[in-house]
Amino acid sequence: MSWQADIGLEIHVQLRTRTKMFCGCPNAFGAEPNTHVCPTCLGYPGTLPVANEDAIRLTVRSGMLLGSTIGMRSKFDRKNYFYPDVSKNYQITQYDAPLCIGGHLDIVVDGETRRIGITRIHLEEDVAKNTHFASDSGVDFNRCGTPLMEIVTEPDLHTPEETLAFLQALKQVLQYGEVSDCNLEQGNIRCDINCSVRPVGAAKLGTKTELKNMNTFRGVFRALQHEIPRQIRELERGRSIVQETRRWDDEAGRTEAMRSKEDAHDYRYFPEPDLPPVQLTEEEVARWRAELPELPAARRARFVEQQGLPEYDAGVLVADKEVADFFEATVKAGAPSKAASNWIMTELLARVSETGGSIYSLRVTPVALAGLLQLLEKKAINGPTAKEVLAIVLAEGGDPAEIVKQRGMGQVSDSGALEGFVAQAVSANPKSVSDYQAGKPAAFEFLVGQVMRLSRGKANPQLVRELLKKQLG
Amino acid sequence: MATLTELTLGDAVRLLNEGGTTAVGLLESLLSRIDRHDGAIGAYRFLDREDALQQAREADARRARGEAGALLGVPVSVKDLFNVKGQPCTCGSRMLENYRAPFDATVIARLRAAGAVIVGRLNMDEFAMGSSTENSAWGPSRNPWNTEYVPGGSSGGNAAAVAADLAFASLGTDTGGSIRQPASFCGCVGLKPTYGRVSRYGVVAYASSLDQVGPVTKDVRDAALLMNVIAGVDPRDSTSLDVPATDFTATLGRDLRGLRLGMPAEYFDVAMDPEVSRTVRAAIEVCRSLGAEIVPVRLPQTRFAIPTYYVIATAEASANLARFDGVRYGLRAKADDPLEMYERTRSQGFGAEVKRRIILGTYVLSSGYYDAYYLRAQKVRRWIRKGFDEVFHSCDALLTPTAPTTSFRFGEKSADPLQMYLSDIFTATVNLAGGCAISVPCGFSSAGMPVGMQVIGPALAEGTILQVAHAYEQATDWHTRRPQLKG
Amino acid sequence: MSDSTKASAGFDVAYVARLARLHLEEGERAQLQTQLEQILEYVDELKAADVEGLAPMVQAVETENILRSDEVMPGLDRDAALSNAPEHRLDLFIVPRILE
Repeated sequence: MSWQADIGLEIHVQLRTRTKMFCGCPNAFGAEPNTHVCPTCLGYPGTLPVANEDAIRLTVRSGMLLGSTIGMRSKFDRKNYFYPDVSKNYQITQYDAPLCIGGHLDIVVDGETRRIGITRIHLEEDVAKNTHFASDSGVDFNRCGTPLMEIVTEPDLHTPEETLAFLQALKQVLQYGEVSDCNLEQGNIRCDINCSVRPVGAAKLGTKTELKNMNTFRGVFRALQHEIPRQIRELERGRSIVQETRRWDDEAGRTEAMRSKEDAHDYRYFPEPDLPPVQLTEEEVARWRAELPELPAARRARFVEQQGLPEYDAGVLVADKEVADFFEATVKAGAPSKAASNWIMTELLARVSETGGSIYSLRVTPVALAGLLQLLEKKAINGPTAKEVLAIVLAEGGDPAEIVKQRGMGQVSDSGALEGFVAQAVSANPKSVSDYQAGKPAAFEFLVGQVMRLSRGKANPQLVRELLKKQLG
Repeated sequence: MATLTELTLGDAVRLLNEGGTTAVGLLESLLSRIDRHDGAIGAYRFLDREDALQQAREADARRARGEAGALLGVPVSVKDLFNVKGQPCTCGSRMLENYRAPFDATVIARLRAAGAVIVGRLNMDEFAMGSSTENSAWGPSRNPWNTEYVPGGSSGGNAAAVAADLAFASLGTDTGGSIRQPASFCGCVGLKPTYGRVSRYGVVAYASSLDQVGPVTKDVRDAALLMNVIAGVDPRDSTSLDVPATDFTATLGRDLRGLRLGMPAEYFDVAMDPEVSRTVRAAIEVCRSLGAEIVPVRLPQTRFAIPTYYVIATAEASANLARFDGVRYGLRAKADDPLEMYERTRSQGFGAEVKRRIILGTYVLSSGYYDAYYLRAQKVRRWIRKGFDEVFHSCDALLTPTAPTTSFRFGEKSADPLQMYLSDIFTATVNLAGGCAISVPCGFSSAGMPVGMQVIGPALAEGTILQVAHAYEQATDWHTRRPQLKG
Repeated sequence: MSDSTKASAGFDVAYVARLARLHLEEGERAQLQTQLEQILEYVDELKAADVEGLAPMVQAVETENILRSDEVMPGLDRDAALSNAPEHRLDLFIVPRILE
């Protein structure tokens, strides 16, 4: 029998706001524990939530980018469960009147475009961060109460590859929408998976399991690569799938059933009496729609048209919004666009994929890169030197022009100085000279190399060739 | 002249402004009366004399510098559920025995800005759940008119203190009658403002959609004076109402000519103390004699008020009280895992009534019962509201008893929760419907216990109900009667 | 009214107490079961109300769109935040070990 998997995602995205969802504490990653807290997010008795209007706007914007119907009247609800990272022991979320309903996102896998349905998008508050020690646990409430958007998809994905493509496409849209930084290391985007399998052609979905604890997109991919065959094996052995939550163990590379909770969940949702409903107006929604940022496809077209980049280059650059931003900033700082594109695509992206961070975490800035490319364009340095200078900037930072000046790396274009090197190379290599004169072009290239070596790489190669030709007659 | 502690809030302000006394003088006379009498009454649960004296000295200094403030230098006492920075806030519960508030509730900040001296914290039923203060973990307060009787609740400490001249005025909260019923039981004035008039920020929640802060005072004018200070929109409370500022004393002194006051039959038909019914009917006749037109009205929804109230209030409470878990503040029982920590902490920290209501509230929200109880109660609530809306088309306010009985003896109802719940029958409807109401003293039972009349108005009609209550009060002398305290 | 239609028919105080994270002693449980059954039967009066076509009422005074702008407000400093904690260490609130 052949099998088909059905995969649906619940994706939690941290919104890029200045403050938390229901209080004025900063929404920022990496602070000392329990320094971004106030009585409200600590769940002190007597405190009350007040909703952050920007979080609502960003959620609606996400819905617009994903083709959702906007829930013009929405409300908040309390979801009741006890856990040390939930300061009130209820989470404020949206139960039956979310901000966005429906929607879709197109993905391309193996050259084929597929439309993946989105069920809903709602807004809620994030929980605190637990740290586990040998005999107890510690809780840091800095993250508690930060705005969290949950995107729920239809079970329209069928393979790990599609799932990965979906997550990457979603990340791209949300970054372009300036909704979230989508920084995986900081947990800006986290996802749970619902996965089931059924015989190809069967109408009804199989029993699903819920997979948790994938910290990276790669983890999602690997967890599905493991879980789908596991379910198929179970069914082929005549067993049934237990509806359960399974935890992905990234080191061991397998999923395992989580200890089942003592009670079946009964979240006792009810409308949050402390928060009046949200009624959006047509004007507001129209204004937000007009403010939508440029999406990748439009930007790609613009790069081709305005910057004269080949389609391929434009595609590579816009794949990551930060890379495209970096490119534009470099051009704006005075770099020729094709050179900027080439250097970013080769030198910088190679480094980004080595370090795994953002292009903006490199020590080279768009202004520095533009400076370097201008030196190259003016022939103040040659290509190999430019690479050397970039390596220095990547390692230590600094201004390329300064580095070239201080270290004497400028290109020698003074024919007086170069003629000496040419004469030296010719007299030291009579065999090459005679080979060249006998019609062997390789001998000429050897002599150029010798001159370059004598100039310690700084000679203008164009000029060297001219002088050599003249010398050799 | 009367002793200082007998002064109303308004008279105390006047005397201070005339230079007849000082904030320190007022406070010291109050503290010495508390020392002499509160042992028998048990109204206070916390006093920080040094801090209060410091505030009083500052108020005197401000006055000396020529500064003004609506309440500059007058002591005000608060129910033990307002967060006051640096003070305990036990809510009558062991759960918060060691808690110290790190912030001021908005109403406390407003009192401070007006120059009031925050004196002390008043006893209450645990987490405002009760009608007698018998549910306080620290023992009950006693009714100054007869210390074998309850002062009512949950703001029982407020009413006992105000009636016994152990407070010039006080702030309480009212979820289903918790200001008005004790005011009625102790012979003082209690106002439950329109939901949203006064900020709830910093006021420990019982039932979020019903709770409202209000004054318990010696007379109607004092209630209006306190409202002038505490009312107003608060950016920290999304349910507070952004309505133009009002002078709540503006309607005081007007007679009742031209007002139509409804008398809902259902508030006199039910099983109730005939003495209460008789006394309130007599008070209504006084209102008629002051020029009001008294019209009979019907509120057939009344019988559903208590079941609706107990479903909605306990459901909200079950979530509001979930935060008491032993993690960030309050009691923590020793335990090996979080589940055990929750169960033990909450079992040790909460008293019987609180547990009862949390369980009821949890049940009515639970899977399979939500529609039958919680959702249905919310629909009945809408119906109750419609009933009031219709009645207020034809009249300006309603006149009713505040409670079906006068105060009762300790232990008389504590064994039967349902009986206790029924003492909210005339008050809880107003919280459900979203109106405002005031209880004003209107006589005594043959046993010498006070009776209160309730004036109910629609949302934001505080001006009208204050006018009616004040006209009635000024035509009678019930509010000037004082209990004889022993010792 | 037959037992199965009574409000209290499905009421199991032990189960509900567990949802509410309340540990009940034996005697307490029996007493609460009886008291709450009585209260629930009283609450059952709600079934007699005609609520056809009525929208649920969540707020006492109905408003909408009360939001705040995305601006930082002062919070608690860390010592104040931890001052009420029953147990804290390394600037964290300490709880018994959470099993994942």
